[in-house]
Amino acid sequence: MSLLEVDDLTVTYRTAGGDVPAVRGVSFALEAGQKLGLAGESGCGKSTMALALLRLLPRTARYTGEIRFDGEDILTMSWGRLRAVRWAGASIVFQGAMHSLNAVQRIGAQIAEPIRLHSKATEAEIRRRTGELLEHVGLPARRADAYPHELSGGQRQRVMIAMALACDPKLIVADEPTTALDVMIQAQILTLIESLVAEQGISLLMISHDLSVLADTCDRLAVMYAGRIVEEGPAAAVFGDARHPYGRALAAAFPRIGDPASRRRPQGLAGDPPDPADLPSGCTFHPRCPARLDHCDKLDPRLWPAGDDARAACVHVLPDKGLSLVAKESA
Amino acid sequence: MSAPILSAEDVHVEFEARRGGGRARAVDGVNLDIAPGEIVALVGESGCGKTTLARTLLGLERPTSGRVLHRGTPLAYSSKALKRFRRDVQLVLQDPSGSLNPRHTVYDAVAEGLRIHGDVPNERERVADALSRAGLRPPERFFLRFPHELSGGQRQRVVIAGALVLEPNVIVADEPVASLDASVRGEILALLLRLRDELGLAALVVTHDLGLAWNIADRVAVMYLGRIVETGPVEKILTAPEHPYTQALLSVLPDAPGSPVVLQGEPPDPTRIPPGCRFHLRCPVLASGAAAAAGVDGACRGEDPGVLAGGTAVQAACHYARTVSSSADPAAVVRP
Amino acid sequence: MNGLVWARRRRTAARFWSQFRQNKAGVFGLVVLALFVLTALLAPVITPDNALSVTRPPGSPLDGPSADFPLGTDRSGRSMVDMIIWGSRVSLTVGFWATFISIAFGTLFGILAGHFGGWGSSLLMRVTDWFLVMPSLVLGVALAAVLGRSLTTIIVAIGVTSWPTTARLVRAQTLAVEARPYIERARALGGGHLHVMTNHVLPNVMPIVLAQTTLMVGSAILTESTFAFLGLGDPTTASWGATIQAARDVGAVSSRMWWYILPPGIAIVLVVLAFTLVGRAIEGVLNPKLRERR
Repeated sequence: MSLLEVDDLTVTYRTAGGDVPAVRGVSFALEAGQKLGLAGESGCGKSTMALALLRLLPRTARYTGEIRFDGEDILTMSWGRLRAVRWAGASIVFQGAMHSLNAVQRIGAQIAEPIRLHSKATEAEIRRRTGELLEHVGLPARRADAYPHELSGGQRQRVMIAMALACDPKLIVADEPTTALDVMIQAQILTLIESLVAEQGISLLMISHDLSVLADTCDRLAVMYAGRIVEEGPAAAVFGDARHPYGRALAAAFPRIGDPASRRRPQGLAGDPPDPADLPSGCTFHPRCPARLDHCDKLDPRLWPAGDDARAACVHVLPDKGLSLVAKESA
Repeated sequence: MSAPILSAEDVHVEFEARRGGGRARAVDGVNLDIAPGEIVALVGESGCGKTTLARTLLGLERPTSGRVLHRGTPLAYSSKALKRFRRDVQLVLQDPSGSLNPRHTVYDAVAEGLRIHGDVPNERERVADALSRAGLRPPERFFLRFPHELSGGQRQRVVIAGALVLEPNVIVADEPVASLDASVRGEILALLLRLRDELGLAALVVTHDLGLAWNIADRVAVMYLGRIVETGPVEKILTAPEHPYTQALLSVLPDAPGSPVVLQGEPPDPTRIPPGCRFHLRCPVLASGAAAAAGVDGACRGEDPGVLAGGTAVQAACHYARTVSSSADPAAVVRP
Repeated sequence: MNGLVWARRRRTAARFWSQFRQNKAGVFGLVVLALFVLTALLAPVITPDNALSVTRPPGSPLDGPSADFPLGTDRSGRSMVDMIIWGSRVSLTVGFWATFISIAFGTLFGILAGHFGGWGSSLLMRVTDWFLVMPSLVLGVALAAVLGRSLTTIIVAIGVTSWPTTARLVRAQTLAVEARPYIERARALGGGHLHVMTNHVLPNVMPIVLAQTTLMVGSAILTESTFAFLGLGDPTTASWGATIQAARDVGAVSSRMWWYILPPGIAIVLVVLAFTLVGRAIEGVLNPKLRERR
């Protein structure tokens, strides 16, 4: 049994202008100790998905499908059970650490909060544990007395990670953990996350728009576009040899330095990510696709085996490019 | 190299630090030349002074000492002279949502420069022309849109069109793609490259993203704690860097070859610049003992490697690199 | 180019109106307001020539409602209906002028202080502190003593005591706008102080000023009535406040002459309410955050 299994998850936001689908049927599994990277651009539904995993979305969101964590369905479990899972089972590290920390409380108290709420530890034990956690993420234990504004961006992100580790979770969901950080600080944080995950056997779901960062950190990658996973497979395969044109574009967006192919040749995609309230017909990527075929506006391909242990949702990996399917549908 | 169009000559910019921390030397002696039609990437981490240097080159900040030269003439800071200067040197900011007034239409945003400079004739044609050059076609379709009706990439194109409408020769772009989606990023960079080819537009691109420099720049200048520590053509600096700081920056990129050299700690505070080489406290070459083996560790700790000259030559402000490599030209150092 | 500008303005106005229309209370306020303004403008046409004459009054004093005088007569024998109609002129005049003074000064000084900062800004803040703690009533009494009892005195007293509130509001908004990157962009394009203030700050401050204006007219009318009721108003004009004061003088309360007190009181409440409703509605349209919460 996998630690986390998501099965045909959909999330729809109810708005005044009608229902907006944010996640449209996503399935994946994450094994214990595995690191999965979820890539995609703003509005593709990746952050909605991260929040849905712990049922943290606003009330206007409607879910269908199943999210099984350790065999229990998150979407149907009781509030009490859900709270327990949120504290001890899985933690989320958000982007923008400044806004996620309480500005008027010392960081030590913020790290200690979940421990105090969910264990019967004495004050001295809590203090010791907080110090340990801080040293674990590379900050001196005495920094527990600091306020968030006294720390740099990188240090605040370390505090966020310490908070996520406070209750020994089995899964960490990191939503853009290094966005807005400098390259060197980003490298520090990624190294830290990697070593913590490896040491403690925690599973990691890391979300980012930067495929190269994910490929460097994770075992497997999934690429999301317009609320669906369009490509999924081992990190090296997805990053180095994507089968979906969108995966290829994302991989090429951040060039490899020294590669003559990208020198003075920035790679991008024409057009903009689609509006979730007004998705294109057929394959949602077809208006921007450089490898579009005539029937792409009619056929909406699902994930299909594409190479070793990988899947892609593109007519180019379907047998006979999906033409027989189109014929069947129009018949 | 043809005569530079915009230069910094030994520019220093100091600020009074908050909470009585003394004076912060945000820019601490920089020489930098931008030639016509050249794209220069100014690379560094946040707080290294790269944005302050860019603002100084734009005349938005006055240097504490040193000067900014526009076509060889020192920049005058009277409002009339500045206004003339700004027709030639334009700015593109990082956050396209913030750099457009939410109450102005696309047309007004692009025409703003023309109106400021009293260029009334052919306003409509010139706005349309700038929009289509920036890739918003047909331009008439965008005239009456408001910024909130556009995507991030389209907004950045509007900002670029607003800069182009005055027909400048230089664009200073501060992190032009940092807040854009990955797939849109390449398109905006391609636009900057195309504008250079079509209009001979020079650009100074301020960024923390070395991949961006590899994508579009001709020359790169790496900044650390208020100084340029290494500069030269992109092909050389990004593939065979000599300064340990540049080497470390490149080594931590996700798909860099070799093992990453992750520098510990944060960049030091510009109010307390270390003596000797400003990088020596974090320098992996000094820490590994290689500098001592080459006999320069004393210099690293006690001797300022100096301010690098402008121009296009390959230079690194590093005692170790100068000792071990013959390619570094000692004459490049203008002030020890 | 003019065509383009007009097309855009029409579009903006149409969008504003369609959102304003959704606020029922705001529309009600607008209708009430339109009726009052119309009445005030047409007062000389719809009332007889001798309506306000004390020497040749149309009726006999202190009569109850009748067919000729639907709301009775006052102590001089003038029709209460005509008194209310003429009173609307005074109230609206005072409301508009006092608000104009307050908004003009407040916006001007607020933007200047916010834009330039420095000692000018500090000075303005001290001045506003001073005005904020000074009651307008006391100032009104003092001004009336110096300038004499007239409408101008009331307008000046209200305007002078209320502009600092506007100035503070505008200054705060100016500071917020000036921190936006588009101000940096405008400066890099070559725009000077005047350009930044008129092209960027003013349009972004105007919505707040507009909402503030409509709210302020209501409170200015209320203040005028208070002044008149306290006998600080112009004795020769028939404002609503002055009418209530006259009613009190003849003991209308104890003699149950409701027609003498209630109509002017209700008129004041209606106008102030109308301005407040319209002001809130405008605020709601211009500030999307408020709209969502409604």
